[in-house]
Amino acid sequence: MLRYILKRFVMMIITILIIASLTFFLMLKIPGSPFDSDRTTNPTIQANLERYYNLDEPIYVQYFTYLKRIVTFDFGPSIKKPTETVNELLERGFPISFELGIIAIVVALISGITLGTIAALRHNGVIDYLAMTIAVIGISVPNFILATLFIQVFAVYWGWFPAATWQSVSHMVLPTLALATGPMAIIARLTRASMLEVLTQDYIKMARAKGLKPWRVVVRHALRNALMPVVTILGTMLAGILTGTFVIEQIFGIPGMGKYFVESINNRDYPLIMGTTVFYSAFLVFSLFLVDIVYGFLDPRIKLHKKEGEA
Amino acid sequence: MNQTLQDNTSKKTYILQPNSVQETREIVLDVEDLRVEFTTYGGSVQAVRGASFQLYKGETLAIVGESGCGKSVTSNAIMGLVPQPPGKVTARKIIFKGKDFKHYTRKQFREVQGMDISMIFQDPMTALNPTLTIGEQLTEGLKTHYKISNKEAKKKAIEMLSLVGLSNPEERLKQYPHQFSGGMRQRIVIAIALICEPELLIADEPTTALDVTIQAQILELFQEIQERTGVSIILITHDLGVVAKIADRIAVMYAGNIIEIGSKRDIFYNQKHPYTKGLLNSVPRLDLVEEELQPIDGTPPDLFAPPPGCAFAARCPQAMVVCNKIQPDVTKLTNEHEVHCWLQDPRARM
Amino acid sequence: MTHIKDIPQDWFTPAQKDDIGKELVVRPALSYWADAWRRLRKNIMAMISLIFLVILVILAIVVPIVSPHSVTDINLPNQNLAPNSVHWFGTDELGRDVFTRTWYGARISLFVGIAAATIDFLVGVIYGGIAGYKGGRTDSVMMRIVEILYGLPNLIVVILLMVVMGSSMTTIIVALTITGWIGMARIVRGQVLQLKNYEFVTASKSFGAGTMRIIRKNLLPNTMGPIIVQMTLTVPSAIFAEAFLSFLGLGIQAPYASWGVMANDAISVISTGYWWRLFFPALFISLTMYAFNTLGDGLQDALDPKLRR
Repeated sequence: MLRYILKRFVMMIITILIIASLTFFLMLKIPGSPFDSDRTTNPTIQANLERYYNLDEPIYVQYFTYLKRIVTFDFGPSIKKPTETVNELLERGFPISFELGIIAIVVALISGITLGTIAALRHNGVIDYLAMTIAVIGISVPNFILATLFIQVFAVYWGWFPAATWQSVSHMVLPTLALATGPMAIIARLTRASMLEVLTQDYIKMARAKGLKPWRVVVRHALRNALMPVVTILGTMLAGILTGTFVIEQIFGIPGMGKYFVESINNRDYPLIMGTTVFYSAFLVFSLFLVDIVYGFLDPRIKLHKKEGEA
Repeated sequence: MNQTLQDNTSKKTYILQPNSVQETREIVLDVEDLRVEFTTYGGSVQAVRGASFQLYKGETLAIVGESGCGKSVTSNAIMGLVPQPPGKVTARKIIFKGKDFKHYTRKQFREVQGMDISMIFQDPMTALNPTLTIGEQLTEGLKTHYKISNKEAKKKAIEMLSLVGLSNPEERLKQYPHQFSGGMRQRIVIAIALICEPELLIADEPTTALDVTIQAQILELFQEIQERTGVSIILITHDLGVVAKIADRIAVMYAGNIIEIGSKRDIFYNQKHPYTKGLLNSVPRLDLVEEELQPIDGTPPDLFAPPPGCAFAARCPQAMVVCNKIQPDVTKLTNEHEVHCWLQDPRARM
Repeated sequence: MTHIKDIPQDWFTPAQKDDIGKELVVRPALSYWADAWRRLRKNIMAMISLIFLVILVILAIVVPIVSPHSVTDINLPNQNLAPNSVHWFGTDELGRDVFTRTWYGARISLFVGIAAATIDFLVGVIYGGIAGYKGGRTDSVMMRIVEILYGLPNLIVVILLMVVMGSSMTTIIVALTITGWIGMARIVRGQVLQLKNYEFVTASKSFGAGTMRIIRKNLLPNTMGPIIVQMTLTVPSAIFAEAFLSFLGLGIQAPYASWGVMANDAISVISTGYWWRLFFPALFISLTMYAFNTLGDGLQDALDPKLRR
């Protein structure tokens, strides 16, 4: 188990390194970036940039300084907002985005797994068919379209929920729903397929033949095994939710990191782009690492180092 | 003719036949005219078409037959493991130790499953939940049927593991299925099945997925356990070698019917049904020189549309006109030996 | 039912043997593909999706050519007209006919999707095929690389590349495929690894078949199933990615447009009530993705006999 964790940890570090380097070298290439010979118009910004990036130094020095700064979480000044550093913007936006993301994941997991399980248990019945149709629709309609739809229908037309910002629980409903629908659909489909397969296994027959209550058979025997693939895709799901926040925050006017990121892209605010990219990536990779560890605990074969049978 | 009296209070069966050397043995399971039908998208399948047999206490009854003949479905039906729908189980009698299973609800069956009747399956590699320790899987059955403390359950689990021949049972409890070999897993499965001390153990092809040497060990284990605990066993198999080793009585199934049933001697040395004869003849023998293999011609009938007469008629070398038209009645040759074949009808000898 | 006692004596004579009854194989044997096609045909939703997609492709090609309205010409007096008999889907803020632009957008979105899927296919099959077949050291190294690449957050890399490369159709396709082939490679490798050991390959080898022949005749036909399914499911994610990028402002430049760009333009003015500008592109994105997903599911069911529902 320890070997497994260590391996994953190393992979994580390597990945973050690659992304950071990739970002750095890409930024070198863009015209109009701080590394370009054309200067920006605002002298304050210019001064900040030069100080931070050591623009007069040779490239490899710049690179290593950059890496060092990243490790210490110092992302430097923003081009377009002279008084703020990237760090400050991240600090402001991250908690909000995090909240949005976490709620969305939890909602997606709970509803997705429940839906998928019920569909599998009532295989080929009306519920199964309905649930799966809804699921495919959930996968097919992009979340920004859903978001716009929700706003139009539930906020503007029916006025049930507010349409913008992030101030109270009722503000959270629509954005979270829009963000969670896609992942929920994927999880539901996967859970269903996995459950269907597990339910035909011998150990389920055996559990039933022991006279166990149906509830117990489903949760303790079937789900434990069926949820493994779900944990595996949890990582990809996280990435999806993360990129989803860009869009959702934009549409709902939520002042999270995603909004800053999108703005920075539109404004070509390169330090901000770089900072948020590296931060996002690091966060994502770290979450994936955590998911891997959870998976390691769930699968006894990894937990025990794949020991062979002892006679 | 034979007469059977059922004394409901003491549950013993007296068989009045002057020539019989029968002691009064307790009947554990009495099945009469069991029928199981499945409704599928392709139509209705008659998986079991009128099976009748009795099981005595402490004996091993083997149900033999080709794949698809209905032997597994029969035992599933007895235990209440056939989902209804799409299945449908009907019978004139299914009596287990005085309890009438014919109208049992699912809840009632759950009380019996694992407790009075246990079942073990063919493939030990897939019969155990890979995410639970074997200790958990062992004590689960106990805790469902008895109010018992964890400590006591653990003790019982260790006892069972010793009974099936596993060393270091205490350590084993915390281990996972993938840490054991196939033979050991089958032993664990048997331990799980027997932990509540059931009266009846149904073993569905328990040795088919195992090596020959392990097979022998498991069969010996069955005999040992039977001697020690007096459990009755229904053994489902298509392997006549296994049958020869541990069966007391044998029921031969074909296309959803039990076509012959009798003691081991009866079936091996005095078989009457052409199918049984064909089965025994088709087993390759090392002691007879220069014999060609003698398979039975043809394949079993489609159970979506079973023939009106005897299901074996199309492949039977001795088929008569009546065989294609009407299903044969039962002929009781001796107290234990029954055949369903028109050849036994007095009119066939004329 | 004739009573037992009433059976006539002459019925107890040997029956005539007709050998026909003995071995009836009811259904004619079909080839793997014919069997799969038969199963697919039975899946109503999948067939509807297939027909929808075919019609979509045809209209995408034909409509911009035959339409009386231009895709790009600005026609300000006609701006923001609701759907009517002249402009079936209404017009946008520059007076352009939404209907024609929708079908033009179909070309772009479909092209991006299919191109991405095809490149993923080519790179993935070659990479995965080699890794799987060679096995051993080669496989380990190749898979390590894949693992690291897989860990890179997909869409973020895409966004980065788009920012750097500027937006055009080529860059979108390149950005999408840079990490997209990994899924295909894994599937192909998995399949090849599994099939490598199957008996029919060993049988082929025992007849003296060489490596290429084995790959071609034994391995590929059996891997085609999951590959086709994967391709069918890649297209909608590519379409989605393109729409998403457009939403972020990284899409195709004006005056041309894909569905994503049209949707993005429309969302910003949604409060003004010009619903048709968002409705149609959004509808088509969703329908197309739905059709591909449903078809992909249907193909998966049809091509893998073990997964009988």
